[in-house]
Amino acid sequence: MRIGILAVQGAFALHKEILEDLGAECVELRQASDIHNLDGLVLPGGESTVQGKLIRELQMYDKLKELIDNGIPTLATCAGLILLAKEISNDENVYLATLPVTVKRNAYGRQLGSFNKVDMFKDIGDFEMTFIRAPYIEQVGNAKVLAKVDDKVVAVQYKNQLGLAFHPEMGNDNRIHKYFLQMCSR
Amino acid sequence: MLEKKENLNMVNKQVELNRGLAHMLKGGVIMDVTTPEQARIAQEAGACAVMALERIPADIRAAGGVSRMSDPKMIKGIQEAVSIPVMAKCRIGHFAEAQILEAIEIDYIDESEVLSPADDVYHINKREFKVPFVCGARDLGEALRRINEGATMIRTKGEPGTGDIVQAVRHMRKMNSEIARLVSMREEELFEAAKKLQVPYELVLYVHENGKLPVVNFAAGGVATPADAALMMQLGAEGVFVGSGVFKSGDPAKRAAAIVQAVTNYKDAKLIAELSEDLGEAMVGINESEIQLIMEERGQ
Repeated sequence: MRIGILAVQGAFALHKEILEDLGAECVELRQASDIHNLDGLVLPGGESTVQGKLIRELQMYDKLKELIDNGIPTLATCAGLILLAKEISNDENVYLATLPVTVKRNAYGRQLGSFNKVDMFKDIGDFEMTFIRAPYIEQVGNAKVLAKVDDKVVAVQYKNQLGLAFHPEMGNDNRIHKYFLQMCSR
Repeated sequence: MLEKKENLNMVNKQVELNRGLAHMLKGGVIMDVTTPEQARIAQEAGACAVMALERIPADIRAAGGVSRMSDPKMIKGIQEAVSIPVMAKCRIGHFAEAQILEAIEIDYIDESEVLSPADDVYHINKREFKVPFVCGARDLGEALRRINEGATMIRTKGEPGTGDIVQAVRHMRKMNSEIARLVSMREEELFEAAKKLQVPYELVLYVHENGKLPVVNFAAGGVATPADAALMMQLGAEGVFVGSGVFKSGDPAKRAAAIVQAVTNYKDAKLIAELSEDLGEAMVGINESEIQLIMEERGQ
């Protein structure tokens, strides 16, 4: 299985370690020519303004959007979720806009508002979630809610897209990545 | 500040969150800015964070005298201007300045040799803080000592405000060769290595087993061109700080954007060649041998 990890900026290396441990082949996507023959796509954490700008400047935007629209399993965490969202309530920019939800960026404030919490993730159970200057999801539309923390939606699935406000790549729990790889093998 | 009664687990969770933010900055460029306007230019150019300070290192160098933490009002103005993380510098050992920066909810504190040191013996006990710290290092010993004090991100010191990359290269190469040496050691030799590096055995063991620092490691000091940034990335930096290099140059927005792309595709020489075209004047550099004040020697 060949998984492309957007590597223009951010925490792509942590996803790569986990997915490789689980037996997937990983490719770092740094420019348009890297995007081919993929069974799955990961949009990692980082700074969404930087990632959003670079995927356009490096001509990756259309290819990524087309792949996602055509159904490639996609795991998006934190900044990745912001890239996918159709709407960002506190920012006029939108990026790939393939996931019909509204997110609020930096919804928990600055770094002093970052936190860990163990809470229920649908079909997986208790999961330690790490939120770093994280967004949350304000309106879920037709997407299925996978996790809530303090009444805020922090994980959704819409068809092929998994959008998470937290960082499953931090900590030692690979169950969400396993779930994602199962989506990729179908 | 973290309360003493909070248990070790809470402290470790905070360290994890703070190391985590550094992971989010990886593969990015952190730019020095002195005004909200510069901060917006940096964000639009693709900076993954900005460092808010009253004077950039080149001007600190030119002005001379004692250099201190910036005016909190000026820092707040920058926090309001951008959505990316905002960092600020405090003097080495000046924990009261650090407390002030934490009080205004800065995202990362740089305990920096660019400012005049406030303490010539002790660095800040960074474990007492909730807010994360980045510190400069010239070699593995300095890096691990700062990590032991609670730093959750490391950068090379380089020689700030010179536009001369030679010291950053020297520091990165030294760190790499010392890491390689630890990796190749037999386990019983690690105790002696820890003694020589003046750091705890556990940190030495981590480097031995993992071949890298336990925190993210950026390059800083003297980066002025896309090629400089690519050089540091190929030498193993996980991202780049650009201090005076952007806003002391002829066309800051264009140069900043070019450096950002060069960091992402640091091995693609053809792309970096295109990025390096028509950037206008680079900052006027000062050679190592021409400077009076050696900032890298501050805080060891």
